[in-house]
Amino acid sequence: MGKHTLSVLVENQAGVLSRIAGLFSRRGFNIDSLAVGVTENPEISRMTIVVDGDQYIVEQVTKQLNKLVDVIKIKELDDSESVRRELVLIKVEANASTRSEIIQIVEIFRANIIDVSKNTLTIEISGDTEKIAALEDMLKQFGIKEIVRTGTIAIERGNKVIKIKNSDEE
Amino acid sequence: MKLSGAQAIVKALELEGVEVIFGYPGAAICPFYDALQESNIRHILTRHEQGAAHAASGYARATGKTGVCVATSGPGATNLITGIADAYMDSTPLVAITGQVSSDLIGRDVFQEADITGATDPFCKHNYLVKNTKDLPRILKEAFYIASTGRPGPVLIDVPIDVQIGSVNFEYPKSVDIKGYKPNYKGHSIQIKKIAEAILRAKKPVICAGGGVINSNASKELVELAEKCGIPVVTTMMGIGSIPYDHELNLGMLGSYGVYTANYAVHNADLLIITGARVADRAINNPDQIARKAEIVHIDIDPAEIGKNIQVSIPVVGDIKGVLKELVDIVQRGDVDEWGRIIKEKKEEHPPKFPEMKSGTGYVNPKYVLKVLTGLLREDDIVTTEVGQNQIWSSNYLGIRKPRTFITSGGLGTMGYGFPAAVGAKVGCPGSRVICISGDGSFQMTMQELGTIKQSRLGVKVLMFNNTRLGMVRELQKLKYGCRYYQVHLDENPDFIKLFEAYGFKGRRIDDNSQVEEALKEMLSDDGVYLLECRVDPEESTL
Ligand SMILES: Cc1ncc(C[n+]2csc(CCOP(=O)(O)OP(=O)(O)O)c2C)c(N)n1
Ligand SMILES: [Mg+2]
Repeated sequence: MGKHTLSVLVENQAGVLSRIAGLFSRRGFNIDSLAVGVTENPEISRMTIVVDGDQYIVEQVTKQLNKLVDVIKIKELDDSESVRRELVLIKVEANASTRSEIIQIVEIFRANIIDVSKNTLTIEISGDTEKIAALEDMLKQFGIKEIVRTGTIAIERGNKVIKIKNSDEE
Repeated sequence: MKLSGAQAIVKALELEGVEVIFGYPGAAICPFYDALQESNIRHILTRHEQGAAHAASGYARATGKTGVCVATSGPGATNLITGIADAYMDSTPLVAITGQVSSDLIGRDVFQEADITGATDPFCKHNYLVKNTKDLPRILKEAFYIASTGRPGPVLIDVPIDVQIGSVNFEYPKSVDIKGYKPNYKGHSIQIKKIAEAILRAKKPVICAGGGVINSNASKELVELAEKCGIPVVTTMMGIGSIPYDHELNLGMLGSYGVYTANYAVHNADLLIITGARVADRAINNPDQIARKAEIVHIDIDPAEIGKNIQVSIPVVGDIKGVLKELVDIVQRGDVDEWGRIIKEKKEEHPPKFPEMKSGTGYVNPKYVLKVLTGLLREDDIVTTEVGQNQIWSSNYLGIRKPRTFITSGGLGTMGYGFPAAVGAKVGCPGSRVICISGDGSFQMTMQELGTIKQSRLGVKVLMFNNTRLGMVRELQKLKYGCRYYQVHLDENPDFIKLFEAYGFKGRRIDDNSQVEEALKEMLSDDGVYLLECRVDPEESTL
């Protein structure tokens, strides 16, 4: 088992997300996260799907996704040759005695505080899964009230791009 | 040309060469029906939308053309679902058109609103909810293209009533350009060469032919390959007819309800060439075990089938006809004489089990009926079946000579498929005799289509094995649940002969083996609708 990141170009149309979500549940594939947004071409959206499974599962996911007419292109992103990020908002309990300690931790992680109240701090962090997990771990002691995450998005390093048509550009 | 949306759909159907559609009207599809009146396209009014979908499927499988069915919104559309799911499992090209409530009302749970694109997503190759009248020509073009190319399947088009009423400057696209749909037809030559090498190496090769061989019209190539290399062929249920039943290399159907020799061959092969088959559990329930013994070749137009259920050493994605043709050209016969001798021996040791023919039991033996029927059938006669013991008896004891003449619900196992499918087959092939082999249970699932064959004057014949039981489930309860028979008795069946008579049709009941030949001849020589009801012993076994 392991985590695999798939970049999927799809038609930017209603219903596509539900088709893809339906396919995953129907075929018993596990998604860790799914993030979607429009690309530089407004007709195309790009999904980043993190799948939990072995090589057989990833192959099945890819082949089944490819069968969907709305799916234009799929590429599995290699860990070492791509950059991945997730944006996470964490609301943590804070009072006069813990606030400064939390702020210190936030600085070390190069995260931001985006909201303050008498008994909470809301922290924004972006990074890869490990970094976020580490911050989460550090903040646990103060009491995490709420976490919201975008899911991982990923892009290849260097010149490479994932585009339709000229597949040799890859 | 300025057309209404409804007219645009009709025009597109005409341009696609559609000659007949199967359907059932309702408020949300009325604009379409209004426009259809002006066309030469024939409309067959079924008695239930499920019947329309199955009839379109029977039509498609008998003719190779895309079947078309139509229904209204809400319950009309949901009634199509079983037929769509059936077509999806059996890779049958189908275009389903449904009416939908007005676009501005979608999502408000108004009268007869159902999310049919959502509901059919899991069983459709693709579907559309049309938002603009101007999109209709493109969508129809795409729908027919998607349904009939690559691995065929059902495509649904949901058309809100305002979209049918709206207007469009009609121009039918000449070609399609769908970014995410580019089926690959040409098998990779290097892979094909590898198959040829494997065949030359193999001592015990076997070909497993599935429905894909029939869909790709590749029977000739299949038989050529088998003959040239002396390779025995087993078929899945969907592959029946891809090689003549009496061909010396045909071992029959494999799987849990298959014949001994076919299963023996598959389990002892050193090379298994799977063509156009999905390797589902009914056919091969222990793929790992087989793959450990044999080198596996898998040829399919759908890349997702390859490696899904069995580990493959030589995958080939492409149209089976082209792949087999290329293979036949380069392949050489290996050293298979010993294997051929073993297979022949096994075949002789395990002939089809025909019970001894007794008279005076009050029952007709279905296996015997099918054996006699085989001798009376013409090559072009089309047989459809229902599901249950009747289906397995037909698969194993009826001899089929040609592709597209055996039409049965393979993947979904849909009771109630065979009779409406026979309706569609008869519409598509009016010159062929069409016989639905039925069970008393299955027949009652879609028997309302008697009204359809009456109204549309379709001389469909029904050969019913009436065991007053849900025979196959009863047998399961007998073998696996300690004979605790429950909810499998149909002793209150209607008098089927009288039922046919109520529609003005003929019928006859037989209950002795001595009547079989003469009764079958009478049924086959009649040119109208005819029911031959055979009383069958509830204890008669499937295999
Ligand atoms: C729509 C549907 N419902 C239930 C089943 C489960 N099932 C499989 S075979 C069978 C019995 C069929 O009875 P009949 O048509 O009389 O055929 P027989 O086995 O007696 O020949 C049933 C209920 C099914 N295949 N399809
Ligand atoms: Mg029965």
